[in-house]
Amino acid sequence: MVGEIEVKDVVQTFVQPDGEKLTALNHVNLHIDAGSFVSFIGPSGCGKTTLLRLMAGLSKPTSGELLLDGEKIKGPNHSRGLVFQNPTLFPWLNIYDNVAFGLRARKIFKDRKNEVDEYLKLVGLDGFAKAYPHQLSGGMAQRASLARAIIGHPKVLLLDEPLGALDAFTRMNMQDELLRIRKEKNMTMVMVTHDVDEALYLSDKIVVMSPRPAKIEWITDVGLYRPRARNNPEFLRLRSKILKTLNYAGTEAEPEYSI
Amino acid sequence: MGIKKWLPALVSAAAIILQLVIEPNGKHPLAQHDYYLYFSIIIGAVTLMCAAGGIMNKKFGEKWLFKAPFWTGVIAFFAVFDILTEKFCILPAIYFPSPSRILEAIAEDHELLIKCLMYSARLLITGFAGGALAGIATGIAIGFSKKTDYWVSPIIRILGPIPSTAWIPLVLISFPSAVSASAFLIGLAVWFPTTIMTSSGIKNINNSIFEVSSTLGAGRMYQIFKVGVPSAMPSMFIGLFNGICSSFITLMTAEMIGAKYGIGWYVNWQKEMMSYANVYAGLIIIAVLCSLLITLLFKIRDKVLVWQKGVIKW
Repeated sequence: MVGEIEVKDVVQTFVQPDGEKLTALNHVNLHIDAGSFVSFIGPSGCGKTTLLRLMAGLSKPTSGELLLDGEKIKGPNHSRGLVFQNPTLFPWLNIYDNVAFGLRARKIFKDRKNEVDEYLKLVGLDGFAKAYPHQLSGGMAQRASLARAIIGHPKVLLLDEPLGALDAFTRMNMQDELLRIRKEKNMTMVMVTHDVDEALYLSDKIVVMSPRPAKIEWITDVGLYRPRARNNPEFLRLRSKILKTLNYAGTEAEPEYSI
Repeated sequence: MGIKKWLPALVSAAAIILQLVIEPNGKHPLAQHDYYLYFSIIIGAVTLMCAAGGIMNKKFGEKWLFKAPFWTGVIAFFAVFDILTEKFCILPAIYFPSPSRILEAIAEDHELLIKCLMYSARLLITGFAGGALAGIATGIAIGFSKKTDYWVSPIIRILGPIPSTAWIPLVLISFPSAVSASAFLIGLAVWFPTTIMTSSGIKNINNSIFEVSSTLGAGRMYQIFKVGVPSAMPSMFIGLFNGICSSFITLMTAEMIGAKYGIGWYVNWQKEMMSYANVYAGLIIIAVLCSLLITLLFKIRDKVLVWQKGVIKW
């Protein structure tokens, strides 16, 4: 099994336009098992997207290092696929060519031509090969973006709020699709999300992060069997615990008594 | 509704009747033959056939119905022009020749006009192609390389706004022939807007599209040519349109410097001879050439930017 990520003492600071330094990640250590599904959850500014971008190799840590299967991550590479909240499809290519983009860029399109149709089918877009991105709905575009990211057989799939822009029903469908694809294609998935239910439904491990200063607050293993029921008592118990950790549990009103 | 498709033919008929009924006022020099009458008869016949054809072919009929008011206007314009000139001499006769005389100029001078047209077209196409290629290349270099941007952008900002015709004295002594000098000037006029629009198109690309392509395994060169260039294509075409428009202006001026033939040269020469009918003839030819080239560019754009349908309209 491949796709093990090691985050070692990573610090990430940004210099803001006014010259002030901003610490986005403060000495973060994390281990992600090969083949697991890990979610980062937390409010804006907690550094979860920063961490994901470091894993993708799109930015370099100020200090510390990140390893994939024991090898240092130096830059973006097809071994780590990426899906943004916005599908970011290439608007001038039809869906088929969008999905085939990575294969063509790596000059392996000829050998693996037949896989394009296979992956289109995997995400339920067979029949849309000739369509252009602007003709697709948000959910379909995100499926295309998913197929494009996984056709290159990445060891890790990085998901930056991939379902954030979708409506509630499409969202739940896509969550099941993600699990099905993970089972079929066997890859590590790392997801950034705002949605506690989504994290609990999908993840083996949830990393709860908090802002100012950005740090990992709590890491929990979700020991629930799959498929998971969203109203299972253990599910609800974990949910309220995560919300409490994030200080979003809310205060219950004291019962009022009037005689 | 029924009369709309017959309107062009009806207006043509009216023009023919006017032509036959109203006597020329005599102050206006007349053409040797009544070219405008022949022209009106041909146009009348063609529009009549179009209207009749529209009844038989439904699809063509719809198209013709849409175009009919426009052609009515065009035919009416010529008829009014004829009345204002040859018939009642309301416009000054020297500067406003009658339609008959313009048509006569085209008919009698057609050999020279075709020669001039070929000469101009060759100059325009060479200059435009060279300027467009150089502009796209410079734009890509500026868009992707910070160093090129640092060194070349200020030069473009200083040299770009100077009308390329202002370079005539310098260009004349540095090029071996008038043809190559003119081609260079046209190229320069195309190069500037193409460069600016290409580089700004590239700079405006959303960075996430490059980030995604790099996680898909695309190298630097692949990103430049397979992500950057197609993304910047709409903006590039705007640059090319601006370029083609300024190339027409430059062509006219460039042909005044030692050219032997060319539409610009022809118009200039005829103007000096005070034969305005020929000037108008030349202008009509220029208009046809320019609109043909623009139409061609539009066709290419529609083909290249087929993915844009419904995304951007301009």
